[in-house]
Amino acid sequence: MASGLNKNVRKKPIGEMLFMGILSVALYAVLLMKQDAINSYFGRGGIYAFLPIITAFVFSYFHGAFTGDFWTVLGVEAKKKREVK
Amino acid sequence: MQDVAANFINLDVMNITYLFIVGFVGGLVSGFIGSGGAFVLTPAMMSLGVPGLIAVASNMCHKFPKALIGAIKRAKYGQVDVKLGIVLGISAEAGVLYGAHIQENIKKSFGDAGSNLYVSVAFVVILAVVGGFVLRDAWKTYRSGNINEEEKATKLAKWVQSINIPGTMVYFKSLNAKISVLFTIPLGFATGMLAATIAVGGFIGVPAMIYVLGAPSLMASATELVTAFVMGLGGSFKYAMSGLVDIRLAMIILAGSLFGIQLGAIGTTYVKPFMIKMVMGVIMVIVLFSRALMVPVYLSQLGLIQTLADTTIKILKTTSFAIMALALLIGAFIVLKAMWQGRRAEKLLHAGELEHGKV
Repeated sequence: MASGLNKNVRKKPIGEMLFMGILSVALYAVLLMKQDAINSYFGRGGIYAFLPIITAFVFSYFHGAFTGDFWTVLGVEAKKKREVK
Repeated sequence: MQDVAANFINLDVMNITYLFIVGFVGGLVSGFIGSGGAFVLTPAMMSLGVPGLIAVASNMCHKFPKALIGAIKRAKYGQVDVKLGIVLGISAEAGVLYGAHIQENIKKSFGDAGSNLYVSVAFVVILAVVGGFVLRDAWKTYRSGNINEEEKATKLAKWVQSINIPGTMVYFKSLNAKISVLFTIPLGFATGMLAATIAVGGFIGVPAMIYVLGAPSLMASATELVTAFVMGLGGSFKYAMSGLVDIRLAMIILAGSLFGIQLGAIGTTYVKPFMIKMVMGVIMVIVLFSRALMVPVYLSQLGLIQTLADTTIKILKTTSFAIMALALLIGAFIVLKAMWQGRRAEKLLHAGELEHGKV
């Protein structure tokens, strides 16, 4: 929108957002398409407890990066720190 | 294998959308006040037919990755005291285990209604005392017109910071002081116990950091995310060992809540610190009414008062859930509004600076 005005604004991470977005959609697609198989392993308990924990980390890595970029690309960013006298 | 799947509900587009939206709103609030977005998720899942324990376990399994992402985001803004978060988190873990143990014993002795009554009474008492205090403090700041002033540590916090117990003193950057871990351990433990009981430890953790230890509101709410991560990771693993986590539910809620938590974290950079207390206090006080409505239901189930008619129970249950959802929505609304105003003020200032800078 105001690309000409905000000269000091960093380039928006559109490429990274798309890449992370596609990866998280793929993760969710696998999760939902293979839910029966996934449930049968993940619900076993015991040592299989590592499966949901690892899954949570993997999803949060990719989806977390995607959602972060998503807001940046939309222009919703943190307030810039001002020099305090 | 069949019985495992039998515990897990079928997911359709409606269910998925519902969980995604509830996750988003919950994430938004958690990103802002450090926790408090998750309490509506357990009843929301149960309303879809998910058994209670699986709802609790799946909720927890979405909470720790969410808290992790929120903590990383807010650490970028310099708001997180990792050391304090971990120290509190470890003692909170013990509190969770003890809290769960108490819950089990109550369930054994008094059944489901007994344990529900215990949870509701804990909700009402703690939210009335702590929520009332937080809200009053935020309101006083707002009314006094000193919203721009730096927060002052309370007398209690000054006293806690002045106590020197050799061998137990640790420096915390959020307090800019050394305090004895003998003070942080019971606070962490209480946070964990509350988390095990009402699913939101932050309602004790954040006010404790602010009023007892003397941390600024922004740092307290950000540091709570670290505590929630430590607590949630341990808790999720415990539940997963018994095969209770429905990873599909957890990840779908996570899908929405990660959008929310990023936005809530961004929001904290635009608001005055008293807004954190305001949002937290408002949510706590509204939720208190939601749970108070359920107390007669459980009392009647236990035979302590006259039996209520089925329709009365149904009305109370629906109203209670609606008030709970309303609390979260009001919280989300205040966050978004404060953020919107902050951004507008920032833009105007920026435009003014550009004008001024022109030669």
